[in-house]
Amino acid sequence: MNAIESLKYFVPELILLGGAFVALTLDFFLRQKKLVGEFALLVIVLALCLAKAPTQPLPLFFGMFELDAFAHFFRYLALGAVGITILISLGYSPLQKRYTGEFYSLFLFMAFALITVAAANNLLMIFLSIEFVSLLSYLLVGFLKEDPKSKEAAIKYLLFGSVCSGIMLYGMSLLYGATGSLELPVIGNALLGAPFKPLATAAILFFFTGLGFKISMAPFHMWAPDVYEGAPTPVTAFLTVAPKALGFAVLTRVLDMIFWNFQSVWTPVLVILSILTMTIGNITAVSQSNIKRFLAYSSIAQAGYILMGLAAFSHLGRDAVLIYLFAYLMTNLGAFTVVLFVAGETQSDSLDAYAGLSKRSPMAAAMLTIFLLSLAGLPPLAGFIGKYYVFAAAIQGKFIMLTIFAAINSVIAAYYYFRIIRLMYLTPATGPAFAAPSKALTVALWTLFLSVLALGIFPSFFITRILG
Amino acid sequence: MPILEMAAKFGTYAVMAVILIFALGVVTLRNIFHCALCLAAALIGTAVLYVAFRAEYLAAIQILLYVGAVVTLIIFAIMLTEHLAGKTVRQNNSQSPLAIAGLLGFVALLTVVILKTPWPVTQTALKAKVSVMALGEALMGTYVFPFEVISIILIAALIGTVVIAKKDAPEERL
Repeated sequence: MNAIESLKYFVPELILLGGAFVALTLDFFLRQKKLVGEFALLVIVLALCLAKAPTQPLPLFFGMFELDAFAHFFRYLALGAVGITILISLGYSPLQKRYTGEFYSLFLFMAFALITVAAANNLLMIFLSIEFVSLLSYLLVGFLKEDPKSKEAAIKYLLFGSVCSGIMLYGMSLLYGATGSLELPVIGNALLGAPFKPLATAAILFFFTGLGFKISMAPFHMWAPDVYEGAPTPVTAFLTVAPKALGFAVLTRVLDMIFWNFQSVWTPVLVILSILTMTIGNITAVSQSNIKRFLAYSSIAQAGYILMGLAAFSHLGRDAVLIYLFAYLMTNLGAFTVVLFVAGETQSDSLDAYAGLSKRSPMAAAMLTIFLLSLAGLPPLAGFIGKYYVFAAAIQGKFIMLTIFAAINSVIAAYYYFRIIRLMYLTPATGPAFAAPSKALTVALWTLFLSVLALGIFPSFFITRILG
Repeated sequence: MPILEMAAKFGTYAVMAVILIFALGVVTLRNIFHCALCLAAALIGTAVLYVAFRAEYLAAIQILLYVGAVVTLIIFAIMLTEHLAGKTVRQNNSQSPLAIAGLLGFVALLTVVILKTPWPVTQTALKAKVSVMALGEALMGTYVFPFEVISIILIAALIGTVVIAKKDAPEERL
């Protein structure tokens, strides 16, 4: 489809881009920077309303932007994540007033970038869009320029990210050299013909490096705790869900379209990496004393569970990845919203600040409890549905070892999630009661809380919609 | 003309070797200014390779953009930051031997992969000669979307960089 014809299917993305530039301009005129944030939120909502599911896969812009049901799902996911992040940023105080407008504008660009990742169907677009997301992430992580931790996090993220994407780019160049094409399906077919197994193996490993960095898969997870701790809290909340979800989207696409013939090569690798990721994440999470680091390790562990679905790579496995990502997005954003609220009241990210939270703010404590229980995968919450699907996919694919490891890991995870709940309910409070959260935070908290409950209680309603 | 062909082959490999030596210089030399010069040399060598592979336009762009703009900028940056200009910096630490070992393994793996792969050489690939005009048409045609996305990436990155790198006078803070 040529560029002009494509435009009419491209309206939500155009609105995002237009909104980003208008937000920058508004920043000049408005002294009340919150209005810029509210405008950005409006743009996201508008884009969400206008995003229509395609009836058949649409190869927009000469096939550079493949709008299919898969991309459409991730479009919703990306817009939802960015929308919630902007909402909770409205209640985040450390952000320097001066640059708040740019902050929101960059998030609108980020929404656009995430959508191009979801719709990328050739090597060029995959690389470009992933770099786009990465560049914006580095910038947003370093946004608190007065804070040395934030700067350190940004530099670490940048260095680690550049090396990983360099390696992935090398893998892409090998594929291009061998097949002479950038299109994923063409490459997949060309690799069938000649004895390309060594090359495909190397390319798979290079892709795992580049995308493993995005999804914080072990052994490429080292950046995650420092970055998540140093970044502004709304950015951390965002980074733990959206780029990760899109990393999984690309990984699914690449494995599905290029390397489907080499499943015997990458399945064992993914199984081992999945076990490694969840074990490292869970065992290290136990000893953390900073809530952001704690949730960082927990999010590494969650990536391990999602990898299970990918390792199985059956129909069920791919569905499991989508459902898990959706449930995880709601839950983790919710947990970080509470963290942001508590940090705003106590100026501390340490776990000690959560002692006696049930006395100081019963609502925050109750909601964090629900989010942590959902992360642990207890019924009837969203996390349970995700875990159920992932385990079902692994068992169906006869990955018994993987399932056993995942079960052991779930027990470890339950231990440290309950530790926080105990801290909130059974230790005496150390300070006075909190003020009620701001309006934006209240809306975000209730939205996420209700979606976590709703997905857990009425799973079939959501699952039929997610899977189309 | 086998002799000419051999000379061309030999010349290409020689250029590659020179690039490699300069690239090593970038990461091992202790004077940061020398490193920058080595980088310039390595980039010029790449441009020579482009000429050898009949991508003259790319070669011109490589010289103009990388050697002309990027390296000049790096050299300016070095000269402006006074404490860096004359100083020698260690480029290795206690982890270097391990890193080198890992790197050698990586190179060995790549060598095996490259040698084992039957690289398809087709007639169309041999005859391919991209003119500037075709390049421009492709950028405005098939590749218009990535082209536009790149411009958005640049502008977003620029805005973010300005925010992060800008120095605020204390009284300027709102």
